[in-house]
Amino acid sequence: MKHQQPPQKRAWSLNSRATRGIIFQALTLALVAAGVWFLWHNMQENMRIRGIESGWDFLGSTAGFDIGETLVEYHPSESYGKAIWVGVLNTLKVAVIGIVLTTLVGVLIGVGRFSRNALVRGLCYGYVELFRNVPILLQLLMWYLIFIEVLPPSNEAWNVAELFFLSKGGLAFPFPTEGVGQVLAGAGIGLVGAWFWRDRKQKQFELTGQDSNRIWGPAALVLIFAVAGWAVAGMPTNWSVPKQLVFMVDGGVAATPEFMAVLVGLVIYTAAFIAEVVRSGIQSVSAGQVEAASALGLNQKQNMKLVVLPQALRVIIPPMTNQYLNLTKNSSLAVAVGYPDVVSIANTTINQSGRAVECIAIIMLVYLTTSLSTSAFMNWYNQRMAIKER
Amino acid sequence: MAVTFTPIASRPSPVKVTGFMPWVRRNLFNDWRSSLITLFVIGLVLYVLPGLANWAVFNSVVRADADACQAARGTGACWGVVTEKYRIILFGRFPYEEHWRPLLATSIMISGLVLSCIRYFWKPWLVIMWVGVLAVFFTLMGGGVFGLTPVRTDVWGGLPLTVMLATLSIFLAFPIAIMVALGRRSNLPAIRSVCIVYIELIRGVPLISVLFMASFMFPLFMPQGVTIDVLVRVVAGITLFAAAYMAEIIRGGLQAVSKGQLEAADTLGLSYWQTQRKIVLPQALAMTVPSMMGNFISIFKDTSLVFIVSLYELVGAMSLALNSDVNWRPFKIEAYLFITLIYFTFCIAMSRYSLWVEKQLSASKAR
Amino acid sequence: MSQESIIKFDKVNKWYGNDFHVLRDIDLDVAKGERIVVCGPSGSGKSTLIRCINRLEEHQQGHLTVDGIELTDDVKAIDKVRKNVGMVFQQFNLFPHLTVLENLTLSPMWVSNMPKKEAEERAMQQLERVRIAEQAAKYPLQLSGGQQQRVAIARALCLTPKIMLFDEPTSALDPEMIKEVLDVMVEMADQGITMICVTHEMGFAKAVADRVIFMDQGQIVEENTPEAFFNNPQNERSKDFLSKILGH
Repeated sequence: MKHQQPPQKRAWSLNSRATRGIIFQALTLALVAAGVWFLWHNMQENMRIRGIESGWDFLGSTAGFDIGETLVEYHPSESYGKAIWVGVLNTLKVAVIGIVLTTLVGVLIGVGRFSRNALVRGLCYGYVELFRNVPILLQLLMWYLIFIEVLPPSNEAWNVAELFFLSKGGLAFPFPTEGVGQVLAGAGIGLVGAWFWRDRKQKQFELTGQDSNRIWGPAALVLIFAVAGWAVAGMPTNWSVPKQLVFMVDGGVAATPEFMAVLVGLVIYTAAFIAEVVRSGIQSVSAGQVEAASALGLNQKQNMKLVVLPQALRVIIPPMTNQYLNLTKNSSLAVAVGYPDVVSIANTTINQSGRAVECIAIIMLVYLTTSLSTSAFMNWYNQRMAIKER
Repeated sequence: MAVTFTPIASRPSPVKVTGFMPWVRRNLFNDWRSSLITLFVIGLVLYVLPGLANWAVFNSVVRADADACQAARGTGACWGVVTEKYRIILFGRFPYEEHWRPLLATSIMISGLVLSCIRYFWKPWLVIMWVGVLAVFFTLMGGGVFGLTPVRTDVWGGLPLTVMLATLSIFLAFPIAIMVALGRRSNLPAIRSVCIVYIELIRGVPLISVLFMASFMFPLFMPQGVTIDVLVRVVAGITLFAAAYMAEIIRGGLQAVSKGQLEAADTLGLSYWQTQRKIVLPQALAMTVPSMMGNFISIFKDTSLVFIVSLYELVGAMSLALNSDVNWRPFKIEAYLFITLIYFTFCIAMSRYSLWVEKQLSASKAR
Repeated sequence: MSQESIIKFDKVNKWYGNDFHVLRDIDLDVAKGERIVVCGPSGSGKSTLIRCINRLEEHQQGHLTVDGIELTDDVKAIDKVRKNVGMVFQQFNLFPHLTVLENLTLSPMWVSNMPKKEAEERAMQQLERVRIAEQAAKYPLQLSGGQQQRVAIARALCLTPKIMLFDEPTSALDPEMIKEVLDVMVEMADQGITMICVTHEMGFAKAVADRVIFMDQGQIVEENTPEAFFNNPQNERSKDFLSKILGH
């Protein structure tokens, strides 16, 4: 058969969709560029007139202010850049701990909505409705007020077994001074070993059909390696234990009331949303799936593990990641209770150095990085786990 | 194998399944774990409730008497702080004698909102009504005409500010959101990129940073000699923020409109804009109403953040009222509870409405 | 055909709530290897009847014995019964997150403790029996309705059940796919398995059934051989029902 060429495209005309599209885009881009140039020009003018300097050199100058709590060493004589870095670490600290705790609380309450006991169901429902419908700022302020008002002064702190002290100065608890790194490293090795153990168990199950417990063995492995790490460190027994002194509680590791207020407020607020996400995820698995599984002879536990949970998790994980992001973004409200997160420190920096534009850009950059990396992870996860359809 | 068939009448079940006692047995005491939980919860309630009732109701002080409140400290709630300060909390620093104006303005705006929720009023003239409501609101609050004393925008505060910020921002964000949503779905890469950058940028940062940007940077963007009002800056900031989230919601609705609709419109000879206006958007927007309500509730709650940029809505006004008055400062918790009640009432009403709308929409879909 | 009953309903009654009497004094004996079609208007209790057989529904009064085991709240008894009773649902209910092969090997591996290789061999045998072996690696939602229902039948067959229950297996299918599923069911019927099928497909009933049971308002109104039932219904209600479904 004679090989035919496709017809040649006609020369471009004003009426063709392609041309119109190009013209439209060119116009839009020109408009956007003009708008951006206009704003930029005004900004330069205004800054010149008001004597506002610009540039990133201020990051090297001395900060001159102290920060209430820091994860790393910091002194007021260090630079603004260092101060902002301390703020970023503080934000990460409250975000990571917050995410872990809020997942626990949220999942418990979400599952509690399906409890056989009507009181549990009602309480979980009430929790969700109450904490979803009050602004997070108000909740943070209330928790801070409660911690400040209700807690005793530092010279008469409440204590549990002389080990945990709770007062206006914060929550002080004992913490080992040595060997923490080795124990964690040991636990890490144990986790890897546990993974291999479970993998072997799965292969054994497929080979023989006999299933055995897959939790205790690996857990014991992690524990043994953690203890081994402790032994390698020389079996240190030194703990920093808080003690009640005349005016304050000294020693141990302290969590300030500001940190606790932000943490508790964020955890309880976000848990209400996570509970709803979990609830709708579990409900999304149709009853027919459970019936089919029961008809095949699977018991309740197998039902959950093999049929309901895999499907529910696919529905739950995307919105759950969104809630984690919200928690991180909401931690910016810490400025209202005096917890030194990145927004709070950037705010102080703006007030002192006048570099509003740069500092705001830094804040947005920090949060954008977090959001975009979480979105990227989520897209990857979605693509991998998506239920394959036609 | 024909057996004579005698119909059997329906009998009631021998085991009672519905009714109060069976419900209690099934839901509260179904097994030993459940029974323990029930008893524990009831015990907890009985333990806590009398103390709570005493504090909140029986021993509480309702009169605006600071000394009585101090005397009752620890045993009774001081609702007197609300009695004494409620006007400042509700209306901010608005001049005391003119408080009837924000009251009237807020009532008109809330009535407008309620009317907009009733299906009967979903007609084209609703938009005109809204223009009227906003005009009346700003005249009453700002003054300067009809013999009303002018009141600067930076002393507006309290509940009127909250309601106005939320409503105005959503109102203005709506058209922006529609354009951005359509742009994000466009085939033209330049437009799509601009919209994606806008949406991802705004959704990736907290509202506080957007408010900072609005507060610090917008004045710098203005040409020489043009100043913008603090309120305008804040409304612009919240509008930009809300528009990005609403654009995503609308995009979800647009995606749900089946391709067949677009193809049918194409074969009928409708242009792109005609198709969007008459076919796609009405269907898409109807589907998004529940999510939009959720967004409105979020924005309503988020207006509490404007205290950061020195506008005194409910929370800010309360801090103002109490921080300056030593007598009443110790009773912040009661004032917080008052504000919590206000927000809670508004938000619960809106979420109940949203559930109702969802039910209506799914009813219209069920055959 | 052996005369012992493999399923025996003895004055079985079921209620939903306090007042909705959905199964009224059901007496029914199903012999081993018998093929039964249950038909009737919607709401007559036919689905409820067969769902009682594998305890997806509980009856409140009367005795129901399956393969010698009486169905009560005893969980062990229920598990034993379910190993011998396979069920095919109207909505297929395949597990969308597992491949076709994994759907079939799930129960043998986790309930019968069969090694994976053996389970997969048995699964492939069943897939070939329903003529869908080439789709083993696909996911359920990648298949057509008819293919999904055939996989569902294969999945139930992997348990080597003594009894197969079908709850309106073709009602959710497009017309052109009904035949492929009915063909599989006819083949199964020829192989001696006890079958109870709730369906509106009267052609299938005529071809395969040993007995047709007509139910209305929770009661068995009439039971007869297919020829007798279709050509000479004895009861007013049966005549009414038949005229409705055969008339259009």
